[in-house]
Amino acid sequence: MLTDIKKKELVGFAVDIRIECIKMISKIGIGHVGGALSIADLLSCLYNGGMKIDPQNPKWEDRDRLVLSKGHAGPAMYAALALKGYFPMEMLDTLNQPPTNLPSHTDMNRTPGVDMTTGSLGQGFSSAVGIALACRMSNRSNYTYVIIGDGEAQEGQIWEAAMFAGAKHFNHLIAFVDYNGKQIDGTVDQIGGEPNFMGKFHSFHWNVIDVADGNNVGQVWEAIETAKTEQVKPTAIILHTVKGKGWTYAEEMDNNHNFKVNAEQAAEACAEFARQN
Amino acid sequence: MVGRLADNRKSIQDSEMRTVYADFIEKMILDGKRIVALDADLMRAIDTYRLLDKYPEQIVECGIAEANMVGMAAGLSSEGFIPFVHSFGCFSARRALDQIFMSCAYAKQNVKILGSDPGVVAALNGGTHTPNEDIAALRAIPEMNIVDICDIVMATKLLPQIAETYGNFYIRYPRTSLPRVYDESMEFQLGKAVLLREGSDLTIIATGIEVSEALDAADELAKEGIQAQVIDMFTIKPLDTEAIELAARETGAIVTAENHNMYGGLGSAVAECLVERCLVPMERVANQDRFGDVGSLRYLMDEYELSANFIAEKAKKVLHRKQHMGSRL
Repeated sequence: MLTDIKKKELVGFAVDIRIECIKMISKIGIGHVGGALSIADLLSCLYNGGMKIDPQNPKWEDRDRLVLSKGHAGPAMYAALALKGYFPMEMLDTLNQPPTNLPSHTDMNRTPGVDMTTGSLGQGFSSAVGIALACRMSNRSNYTYVIIGDGEAQEGQIWEAAMFAGAKHFNHLIAFVDYNGKQIDGTVDQIGGEPNFMGKFHSFHWNVIDVADGNNVGQVWEAIETAKTEQVKPTAIILHTVKGKGWTYAEEMDNNHNFKVNAEQAAEACAEFARQN
Repeated sequence: MVGRLADNRKSIQDSEMRTVYADFIEKMILDGKRIVALDADLMRAIDTYRLLDKYPEQIVECGIAEANMVGMAAGLSSEGFIPFVHSFGCFSARRALDQIFMSCAYAKQNVKILGSDPGVVAALNGGTHTPNEDIAALRAIPEMNIVDICDIVMATKLLPQIAETYGNFYIRYPRTSLPRVYDESMEFQLGKAVLLREGSDLTIIATGIEVSEALDAADELAKEGIQAQVIDMFTIKPLDTEAIELAARETGAIVTAENHNMYGGLGSAVAECLVERCLVPMERVANQDRFGDVGSLRYLMDEYELSANFIAEKAKKVLHRKQHMGSRL
């Protein structure tokens, strides 16, 4: 159960992620704002106790692994990594500016703390299953976490991976669906029909947890804790989030997937984030 | 690198190539290597099915889901395992191309992808299952290694080398029994083509099942007084450009022979090299940009003009160009 102090810490860290995210995107002038902000609360939970990590030792063998299959949310992950000390905060200013080690989509060969290279949607999920398999073969008890997008779940590969993981009882694999309802060309419902993630994952023999407010750290934390008690099946945690969460201007935008952010807008966003502490 | 031909060249090998692969996997497991053999419902086709009960952890059935299989292999690689992925070449190369590109190559992983039954070796499976474009597609992926295996000896010697060499590999691999090419004592070096036969009139650069055909063609040509050098360019990427340049300078005419589309494969790779280093006339024996079809291997080789007589014909054509065109190639 989350204490008030812990909850405040998680809320504060999520605010910090949001601030650093928008700052770094505004430096290059454009970025994947919507899908980065929607997972800030999840990342706060994962990097502050949800996952077993060691920022000074990003390749620690017994660490929990995290694959950001929706790799374009890189800025959010970079913010979390820098805040935890995986690399200096100053590096965040270099997002997408060569010779950077912080490209748009997470790259395991460039950024400390990134466990798998992603970008082409659907693929990270398979890699995460492969990582979970490797950890099991190595007799490790760590967890493998993977974050997928709701639009990303239109890729067939996601369901190939889900099939394998469900069939092979990967109970140390925990997947999050960032169900923020929007993709680029419209809402997820408009394009693919109501996705029914609960039903889909259940039919693939996964344990499924629905989180009504995926931007509420308390609810997210509890879901992660519950998932860790599952003895047989992999768990899919369906997070109902808001694309662009925390910045009203972004939330209200029709297509907030990838857009320009200038210094003035960044300042305005950060002020709004700070009020959420 | 000079090759040692089998004394009984051309006689059909006793073992099937698929058995060689499965035996190799088993040996790696028994030697304690961190190998994992993944398949997409074709274990029975590549003979690894018999290993499933013995080594349930290392032999992984992924089901008919090649994209996921390649992605999982990348994940396994990131954790220090050596994954060997198998499906028919049409599926492991074409279907999972983006996965090979991003999860394996771009991510700088260590995944070995078997594309079995290349080109006409697909035989009765027909045109839908004929990979004639796998080399073309994969050649343009940076840091991807591509080899085309021609017989049991090459398979036996190269597979362990590939396992020990960090990097992503695509391995064209016929499953059936093939005519012998190499003596059992032959050793190979990745990146180094093999000189199989000396000759001064022209060089036939062949790969995969065309190597045996090239040697037959050279024998035929010799009866007409034409001395053809034969090189096995099993190492398509990285290409042994030194060997190609040397052959061009020494013999002045090249014929390439491959079990692949004329576009983008061995012929294209050799031509790229010649144009930049040593411009000599060149002819290609390859699939003439046609879809595959059903048939026995021998039927298809004749139908698609890949067999020895077609190589010999192209050899004479290239000689004609070499001799009669002066400064024009």
